[in-house]
Amino acid sequence: MANEVVLLDLKVSPFAARVRIALEEKGIKYESREEDLSNKSSVLLKMNPVHQQIPVLIHNGRPICESMIIVQYIDEVWNHKSPLLPSDPYRRAHARFWADYIDKKIYPIGRNLWASKGEIKESSKKDLIECFKILERELGDKPYFGGETFGYVDLALVPFYSFFYTFETLGNLSMVAECPKLVEWGEKCLEKESVSNTLSDQQKVYEAILQIKKELGVE
Amino acid sequence: MAQVKLLDFWASAPAMRVRIALAEKGIEYETQEEDLRNKSPLLLEMNPVHKKIPVLIHDGKPICESMIIVEYIDEVWSDKSPLLPSDAHERARARFWVDFIDKKIGDPIRQLVWTSSSTENKEAAANDLIEIFKVMEAELGDKPYFQGESFGFVDVAVVPFYSCLYTYEKLGNFSIAKECPKLVAWGKKCLQKESVSKTLPDPYKAYEFFLDCRKKLGIE
Repeated sequence: MANEVVLLDLKVSPFAARVRIALEEKGIKYESREEDLSNKSSVLLKMNPVHQQIPVLIHNGRPICESMIIVQYIDEVWNHKSPLLPSDPYRRAHARFWADYIDKKIYPIGRNLWASKGEIKESSKKDLIECFKILERELGDKPYFGGETFGYVDLALVPFYSFFYTFETLGNLSMVAECPKLVEWGEKCLEKESVSNTLSDQQKVYEAILQIKKELGVE
Repeated sequence: MAQVKLLDFWASAPAMRVRIALAEKGIEYETQEEDLRNKSPLLLEMNPVHKKIPVLIHDGKPICESMIIVEYIDEVWSDKSPLLPSDAHERARARFWVDFIDKKIGDPIRQLVWTSSSTENKEAAANDLIEIFKVMEAELGDKPYFQGESFGFVDVAVVPFYSCLYTYEKLGNFSIAKECPKLVAWGKKCLQKESVSKTLPDPYKAYEFFLDCRKKLGIE
């Protein structure tokens, strides 16, 4: 088994998108297997028994789970090309901090925005905008979060760019008005093939979210 | 000269993780005990995003989030007591288990310690905690430590909760020793290490502290 790379995948998942972007950045050939989360494959249940979630990277038969842990693994194993984490330990800690911030805030608060109503929805909207503004301040005048080159934090955040239309439509807000720099950064990232080839169309994400809302019984 | 300072709190499990890592590496550092109801200007300056401890300040630059700090310590002081394994797959596995405990343990602890819970809710939280510990026990298996023969990253992440087990048992009315004997044995083994025994507070002292906090917050 020379170098068999399989990704248990889901096209609309921002977490799976992170891994796909990393694999493309490194030029790694892999097989993508789209999972049906309402009918999880036996491979998924075997490879990720603890969380039973995608993405799962299976490298030469061995599973790696959790999107940013997979990204770090990819960065360490395929270290010949396109480094994602910086080499300096302080800058690495700084990158990990911001990826952790994105993980703690963007998806859960975003989910509250589109999955709830009334007061929770309103406070989630406020919190989400606040988080995006904090990220904008961190970005500053740099082209990417990593500086001159696309890196770990950019990769952690950019899949949520596909959710901007959803946040705007369901949250009644304008990302361009609230966080113009972040929108600009997202557009810049999309100029990279690894990102444009990977990111789901914003409309497709919106439709997927509407479907989930329907299944949850939330209007 | 390299200067290492830790913004700390004696009863904080995340802060204990950092103190254990610093001790494992034999790093000399200055500690500043924070009053979490009256956070210092330094803490607010060094961790403006979360305003939480622990914060490690190395040569004036802050590093935040306990396991990110531990990984930083492991990378900078790489000459002694490696905490993460050198193999990439084993590293991913270690990070996975630290992520697991960090994702799961917060809610049941909050329910047990920081809320006035009904008996049903307390029981549910206690059961959740037992479930988490049982999964950890299965991962530990027959190994002396989570990563094998040597004390490492996952042990550092989990062992601070050992000092709080007594608190969880009293507030949740259950016995961890009965439910997870292997985990308790692993905790005792870790306590044989100076870096752990000098860091972890006395469980009864911790329990009294949490009771006192609950009283002050009006939690029954």
